[in-house]
Amino acid sequence: MIKVEKLSKHFGKIKAVNGISFEVKEHENLILLGTSGCGKTTTLKMINRLIEPSGGDIFIGGKNIFEQQPEVLRRGIGYVLQNNGLFPHYTVAQNIAVVPQLLKWDKKRTEKRVSELLEKLHLSTDYLNAYPNELSGGQQQRIGLARALVADPPVLLMDEPFGALDNVTRSKIHAEFKALDELKRKTIIMVTHDVQEAFELGDRICLMDKGKIVQEGTPTELLFNPENRFVKSFLQEQRLQLEFKTIRMYDIWKWLPTQPPKGGAGLAADTSFWSGLEYFKFEAAETINISHKESHEIRSASFEQLMSAFYQYKKQLAHE
Amino acid sequence: MNEQQQTLWDFMQQQSDKLATQTLQHIGLTFVSLFIAVLIGLPLGILISRRQKLSGPVLGVAGILQTIPSIALLGFMIPVLGIGAKPAIAALLLYALLPIIRNTYTGITGVDAAVKEAAVAMGMSKWQVLFKVELPLAMPVIFAGIRTATVITVGVATLASYIAAGGLGEFIFGGISLNNTNMILAGAIPAALLAILFDFLLSRLQKLNLKKVKTAATAMPFVLILLSSFYLLPSAYGSKLKAGFTPEFMGRQDGNLGLQSKYGLNIRTVVISDAVMYKAAYEKQLDVISGYSTDGRLKAYDLVVLDDDKKIFPPYYAAPIVRENSLKKFALLEKILNLLAEKINDSTMTALNYKTDYLHQSPERVAKDFLVANKLWKPARNGNNGIVRIGSKIFGEQYILASIYSMLIKGYSDYDVVTKTGLGGTKICFDALTNDQIDFYPEYTGTGLLAILQPSPKTIDSLTHSKEATYNYVQKEFEKKYNIKWLKPVGFNNAYALMMRKKQAKDLNIKTISNLKRYLEIK
Repeated sequence: MIKVEKLSKHFGKIKAVNGISFEVKEHENLILLGTSGCGKTTTLKMINRLIEPSGGDIFIGGKNIFEQQPEVLRRGIGYVLQNNGLFPHYTVAQNIAVVPQLLKWDKKRTEKRVSELLEKLHLSTDYLNAYPNELSGGQQQRIGLARALVADPPVLLMDEPFGALDNVTRSKIHAEFKALDELKRKTIIMVTHDVQEAFELGDRICLMDKGKIVQEGTPTELLFNPENRFVKSFLQEQRLQLEFKTIRMYDIWKWLPTQPPKGGAGLAADTSFWSGLEYFKFEAAETINISHKESHEIRSASFEQLMSAFYQYKKQLAHE
Repeated sequence: MNEQQQTLWDFMQQQSDKLATQTLQHIGLTFVSLFIAVLIGLPLGILISRRQKLSGPVLGVAGILQTIPSIALLGFMIPVLGIGAKPAIAALLLYALLPIIRNTYTGITGVDAAVKEAAVAMGMSKWQVLFKVELPLAMPVIFAGIRTATVITVGVATLASYIAAGGLGEFIFGGISLNNTNMILAGAIPAALLAILFDFLLSRLQKLNLKKVKTAATAMPFVLILLSSFYLLPSAYGSKLKAGFTPEFMGRQDGNLGLQSKYGLNIRTVVISDAVMYKAAYEKQLDVISGYSTDGRLKAYDLVVLDDDKKIFPPYYAAPIVRENSLKKFALLEKILNLLAEKINDSTMTALNYKTDYLHQSPERVAKDFLVANKLWKPARNGNNGIVRIGSKIFGEQYILASIYSMLIKGYSDYDVVTKTGLGGTKICFDALTNDQIDFYPEYTGTGLLAILQPSPKTIDSLTHSKEATYNYVQKEFEKKYNIKWLKPVGFNNAYALMMRKKQAKDLNIKTISNLKRYLEIK
């Protein structure tokens, strides 16, 4: 869907982006991860031509974006900014309707689409005539997302979209983000410096440093098959938590005890290991039941048994 | 207090025609300039917000323009644009530019970068970003700039009367020259009210709901044009020749009023400062001007004095007027000042004035040369036995007289001297004297009679035919009323005079004011 080839951007002598190439498949969520100054935001902004590259090519849906008029290109790409960038002199409704207005939609169609989006984002229509400064940070960010989604563009670019939010609001929006059906139909490139966020939301991750891609792969690949020491050390600090969150019950299935299930509610096997641990913590359960969707088998494990399965899984990875 | 207000009100009612004209001219002048300033400043502000490299030079130049004294800027305009509305508007708009350019620039560059980026990323074109996002968000700041510019323009527009562009300055400067407080207030109060009113109206416009800004923004040019057109309404009637009179001359019995009542002279008149009047006559912007008979520019610009055949201009013999207290305090002062008595006649004074006004010699040099030539000069004794404060009005002849007196005092006594030159008009000078700010200044008998004492017309008529009668009357009355003594006259008579270009006067065969009147009446 999106293909980036040998893309570079030089600011004077500084090579902010140094000949990187990557691809994003349709409906995939790619995360550009890295510390400040690694070139991730510059890369993102070259895709909707907010920044013109010094060299390289970008194709969206097979079309070279540099052969299109920038304004027309941008109207077909959703864009979400860290500080929402809502127009303070526009109401919520007007803010969301910016792109439809540029595309000259008729009024009815715009109105219908705006209220549809508000509903999906769990925002009351009472806010339609409010101004952005009357809303909370989380609400503003949702409006920013609605504005990007309103014309239903196939591609969505997000620049640290949740960076300015507090932790509680952020995890709430993360959950909504994952649940939103509109987003499942999008090809998304998201920039973040937050490793947790990258692992939670990304299908694949490009870890960048000094204008280059250090490693590109799924969260599991980055975590368990780091390309080099940089990748390893980048993830080191939060490794345990990342591992818990990345591993699915499927992954450790074969080490779970085959004893028959005991009482209590169960979890699906595609939930994360982390959710399993949380279950022990919050439900104060002795054991949990895990159901395998394909085989219809249910296995049950205590906290110790679950942990033991985890370590066996890791031991096996280390031998591969 | 009550009485004072009453008379001001009377004055304003009496002069309501003039007041209305001047107010309309003032509004018109303000808004023509403001309108053009917005037309230039807004795009320029937008341009420099786009090309940051230009912002330094553009704001720098606008800033420098702002620091030029307004009267000097008006002066610069005359060689290029002549006198009247054009140079006044040009000068005013230059003053209004800086706040408009700077606030437009600051407003636009101050728009949140994230908001601008969002606008571009949504797919807006450059113009759409400007009109939909940047300008609406910068509008409060831009408006603040326009408000500042408006207040500045209303204020500076009073000076437009110096170059025959009309406005409330005619009353203000006329009043200052004529020692007429009501006249000053009749100009100053409406000017201040205009400034407050416009500022208030613009602030209301600024506070309008953001949605209405669009309507307001489109309405604004029309309002501006409408207000601007006020300026074009007056100036309907005309005559063959055009006269330029000073604000002082306009309001005086021995000036324009006398010309109208005694000669029945009816000529198209503009009000203008004497600083630019002679040059304007020379450059054929004006045909008849109200000058002073000893002015050096008479010689410099090849002008000729029309004979006052009906004797409406009273004698204006110059003499120092001194506080009685000062004469007691400085025992030698009277004797020293009288050294100059009858030493300077009309042609000598004109020649001295010519040296400063046209040859651009300093008044000090001219004063010294004169004293040396008349064997009056003595080197300064650098004494410190008290300080004599000399005042002078704001024109060349007074500077020269002040310098001469200063050198005489320093040379003939142990007093030290400070000179407070350039005290606006008669009122300012005389107030300084009565309030013990200065010890003496050179005054003219006619001015003392008509501008300060202001006796009944009958008394004036009985006096003004005779030099001595006038002098004796003012000497007696000043002594009685103000404790101020008129010393012996210096000798010359710097009376009002109507002047024309020598060549034009000759071509039209105009030698007297009556000739002028007859010429104007021929259809």
